Amino acid sequence: MGSRASTLLREEEIEEIKKETGFSHSQITRLYSRFTSLDKGENGTLSREDFQRIPELAINPLGDRIINAFFPEGEDQVNFRGFMRTLAHFRPIEDNEKNKNAAASEPLNSRTNKLLFAFRLYDLDRDDKISRDELLQVLRMMVGVNISDEQLGSIADRTIQEADTNGDNSISFNEFIKVLEKVDVEQKMSIRFLH
Amino acid sequence: RLDPVGTEGGLANLPVFTMDYPRIQVPFEFTLWILLASFAKIGFHIYHKITIWIPESCLLISIGLIVGGIMYSVKEEPPAVLSSNVFFLYMLPPIILDSGYFMPTRPFFENVGTVLWYAVVGTLWNSIGIGLSLFAICQFEVFGLQDINLQENLLFGAIISAVDPVAALNVFEDIGVNEQTYIVIFGEGLFNDAVTVVLYNMFSFLADLPIVESTDVFLGVARFFVVAAGGVLFGVLFGFVAAFTTRFTHNVRQIEPLFVFMYSYLAYLVAECFAISSVLITCAITMKYYVEENVSQRSCTTIRHVVKMLGTVSETLIFFFLGVVTITTEHEWNWAYILFTLVFAFIWRGLGILVLSQIVNPFRTIPFNFKDQFGLAYGGLRGAICFALVFTLPDTINRKNLFVTASIAVIIFTVFIQGISIRPIVEYINIRKTNKDLMTINVEIHTRVMEHVVCGIEDLCGQWSHYYWKDKFKKFNDRILRRILLRDNRAESSIVSLYKKLELQNAIDILDTPMGDISAAPSLVSLSDERKESSRPKKKFMAADVRKMHDILSKNMYKIRQKTLAYTNKYSLPDESRTREILIRRHASIRRSVRAGSFRELPDRNIPKSQKYYSLQPGGDLESAFALRRRSRGGGGEVDRISDHLQLSGVSPRSSSRSLVPMRRLNTIEEARQHTPPTGLDVLDERGPGSLLGSSLRGQRAPVPAPRRRSSDREDEDNIDSTEESEPVNPPPLPPPGGWAPENQDARENGAGDPLLRHSSQGSRGSRRL
Repeated sequence: MGSRASTLLREEEIEEIKKETGFSHSQITRLYSRFTSLDKGENGTLSREDFQRIPELAINPLGDRIINAFFPEGEDQVNFRGFMRTLAHFRPIEDNEKNKNAAASEPLNSRTNKLLFAFRLYDLDRDDKISRDELLQVLRMMVGVNISDEQLGSIADRTIQEADTNGDNSISFNEFIKVLEKVDVEQKMSIRFLH
Repeated sequence: RLDPVGTEGGLANLPVFTMDYPRIQVPFEFTLWILLASFAKIGFHIYHKITIWIPESCLLISIGLIVGGIMYSVKEEPPAVLSSNVFFLYMLPPIILDSGYFMPTRPFFENVGTVLWYAVVGTLWNSIGIGLSLFAICQFEVFGLQDINLQENLLFGAIISAVDPVAALNVFEDIGVNEQTYIVIFGEGLFNDAVTVVLYNMFSFLADLPIVESTDVFLGVARFFVVAAGGVLFGVLFGFVAAFTTRFTHNVRQIEPLFVFMYSYLAYLVAECFAISSVLITCAITMKYYVEENVSQRSCTTIRHVVKMLGTVSETLIFFFLGVVTITTEHEWNWAYILFTLVFAFIWRGLGILVLSQIVNPFRTIPFNFKDQFGLAYGGLRGAICFALVFTLPDTINRKNLFVTASIAVIIFTVFIQGISIRPIVEYINIRKTNKDLMTINVEIHTRVMEHVVCGIEDLCGQWSHYYWKDKFKKFNDRILRRILLRDNRAESSIVSLYKKLELQNAIDILDTPMGDISAAPSLVSLSDERKESSRPKKKFMAADVRKMHDILSKNMYKIRQKTLAYTNKYSLPDESRTREILIRRHASIRRSVRAGSFRELPDRNIPKSQKYYSLQPGGDLESAFALRRRSRGGGGEVDRISDHLQLSGVSPRSSSRSLVPMRRLNTIEEARQHTPPTGLDVLDERGPGSLLGSSLRGQRAPVPAPRRRSSDREDEDNIDSTEESEPVNPPPLPPPGGWAPENQDARENGAGDPLLRHSSQGSRGSRRL
């Protein structure tokens, strides 16, 4: 498996991914072998079914949303670049990264981008607002059957009330950032990728 | 006892006024001391600014110094409070209990490795380093210290390295330093007494020995492990026993707090008996979790208050006495020793933190940067424990007074100088801040979302992280521990009782509101009337509501995944109700989303007859059928994918015939729903083709690739067949899927199949081995 992986992934590609995402060489190869093991159709792309085949994702309350996050608008297949691009959001932020390249575009794993990832989990219709319904959907996914709709509804109302500063009864991305400003997002949304 | 007749002779009348001071002297003076210390505390807090800049311990020591000065000039002796027994048996336990009980458990367990690393290895490093350096200094004749041998120096080193970061913690808390630094200092202060006490005992034992052999050193190491492991074990055991006891106390609520204290104290005394340490901490941590669920709300509050109170009193007294004793004891001042002690304490701590951080950082998700490390190093103040340990040194140590003086000097230096300066320095270097007061509902929900996401991504990448052990423990906890130790282990009932409590609270609050503005005090139940979307008035959420929301969320939001499914177990999903709920819901939402964009307006008659009676025809017709459906669908993207998938995977035409069964099916489905379905189908009693949902779900059970297709077939059917309105987002609450176990699969399958079988092409159903 290893040799096959390395022959299919060219050095230049690895370099490009490295530059774009910040993963190390060994991490990229490791994730590539994971990618190929998921790719049952062996056509170099993953479809939603490939993701759904992972049992743990099936029992993850937000499994569908997570899978959805890998696929850009309207597409059904994700290639390795796209896969890595999404995973790059979860790289831990390193201190030295914070300072360099202030002029360059934000790295994928910056705090804002992590928050954007989380925001997009709610905001399915991409209107840059989390409406009450979208919030309710996610809440419903995360909560057991013991909670009645009214309770969930009022929890959702409270959530929006807390966050909403411009009174449009929905949470915009800036309000989302503001409400989470004290949360250690950098740690929460980070995974230690094995080398 | 004064005898009224007495030595004066002759006074035979009943005395109107008698005074018998000696009888009450001891408790009286004790109470007076405590009151005095408490007055001092009140005094500090009157002018708030003082406590910001000067830590309380400084103030207490100062007051102690003043009182000590007074006593010295009056030639009074301070009460013999600081004998070894009194200190270790009465004054220390409340402090430890206080720290252990209010330890923030989640950050602690998330960082437990780091904390213990710093506590144990750090203290060892400090003790040995300081001891050895001081011994080196003692070799110089000019200082006149040559009679202090190695053991005594090591002993002193062990004493001095006992960190007591109370002041630092206060500052960190106020500023809101990041969680990791906070918990490391907290935990270090808490757990290093284990190491210190072991070292202390070991070295004082060795100090008595004329010669030290290497076996003794190994024994010391072994002893350390015995102490550590034994302490944890004991503590956990006592905690469990306490929790178990509180399971049965619902009829004797008044004495519930007593159990907590008695068990803690018992644990502590037993530990002292065996000279084990850190029992109390683990006991408190274990106990707190279960006890707080068992006891009543009032008992819970009482316990917390009393623990806090005892801890505060104890600590106050100790610092107070530090001040007093400073003045009243004999000191031996040796510039060299004391100065070098200070210097070495500083250096070794700084070095220690540096080296340890370098080693532990690669293992941490969020490494400690230099600012954090500086905070850790500078926050290592010495305090009460150091003082007590040195004061209770046996008198056989010939330079005991020197040690006492040196310790007091170090303590006063660190508490005053470092304690006062740490705040401006920390603010200046701008250590990473953390999330204080983060408990808004938003934060709770969003952080849970993030946790789920991270778990999902980890699974996706096929790797573990620290959530693994957390999950394992949670599973063990839920399965076994909670059942045994908790009286009432059902989540629903606690919500119900909470509901009642809060409704009552609401009613009381309504009566209390000055304006009597009833509409401003909503209860969650009454909100069911207000389902209007945009015209919803801005509801005022009362604190009780918010608390209740937090409770609901914390009790009912799914915890992050438990690794219950091994890859080898392909044929059944784990028998977990939560998993079932998630899957049911996901299917419902998939069905809804698929159905959502589509064609309520597609009435029966428009389906061409050829489709209605579609039977076993090979692939070509299949494709055209799909094409037809796709066109009529008008953009159910997911269904397209499903269709493609079906085509790709070469589903047999027979099975696809299911998909094209006509609208008539719906009636049968209604029928099926109206029969009281067998228990398995209770699950499926949802608006919509319930039985289909069930079979979709059952389809889930087979090896994962196959059922996906079948379930998607089902969804196709739903699409064509449905005339239902699209439901609102929330599925109606499902009754617990009781009979939904793999074994019953076939029976239910057939049961469910029957009404449908009547109206459909027979063979394909049977072929549909789900």
